[in-house]
Amino acid sequence: MTLRDWVLPQPFLTLSIAALWALLSADVSGGTLLLGLTLGIAIPLFTSQFWPGRPHTFRIGAALRLMLVVFYDIIVANFAVARIVLGNVDGIKSKFVDVPLDTNDPYVATILASIITLTPGTLSIDVDMDKRMVHIHGLDVPDRSLLIDEIKTRYEAPLKEIFGC
Amino acid sequence: MYAEAFASFLIVTGGFFVLLGSIALIRLPDIFTRLHGPTKATTLGVGAIVIASSVAGYALTGEVSVKELAVSLFLFITAPVSAHLLAKAAQKDRGEGRG
Repeated sequence: MTLRDWVLPQPFLTLSIAALWALLSADVSGGTLLLGLTLGIAIPLFTSQFWPGRPHTFRIGAALRLMLVVFYDIIVANFAVARIVLGNVDGIKSKFVDVPLDTNDPYVATILASIITLTPGTLSIDVDMDKRMVHIHGLDVPDRSLLIDEIKTRYEAPLKEIFGC
Repeated sequence: MYAEAFASFLIVTGGFFVLLGSIALIRLPDIFTRLHGPTKATTLGVGAIVIASSVAGYALTGEVSVKELAVSLFLFITAPVSAHLLAKAAQKDRGEGRG
């Protein structure tokens, strides 16, 4: 463990916190920047035990592409769910589905689980790294394998590309 | 004028989806299906309202405010966590009820 790993375990998180702090304060001055940077350095240090080992690559192009896909899916799926909620709720086939993971990185699995929850119609309940699967609940699932396929190709494959694993 | 119309459209859309999240809470049959409602309300519903605030702010003052971006960022980060915890608790509760 180098000194840099010790003082700045997550430089990106440090910068994000500092930037967010400046953003939320009414004015950008020496004081707010200093406080933001202090928080940015302190928070990763105090929470370092909660962070799983993090992949080292990060492809920004692939990440932006995935973000667009997720935003698009959020909008489209919202309308689909709206139809379900306003329609005949007795006819929906909600079920639990286990999505097997190709990755054994807990960091990637956590992001995948969050994306699954953010896109309406699916909700992740549990990430099981021992069995390597995400346990999810689907609001209306006519076909299990179709849903699993969609999650794997639309979200997991890009995530693996982003973090190179 | 155009900005106002656009902001109004966004507010109505956002309000519609937040309302829909509440309707989902009433109409859907069990806790797992009900959890789908609130996650939806925060993503598209609050997202649209927050963008409307940004657009209206720009139209009124001529300044681009990025605080709204921070609001939606926090919502997008925290919504899955709370939903995840609720779902996990519900699953545990159900399992013990049966066992």
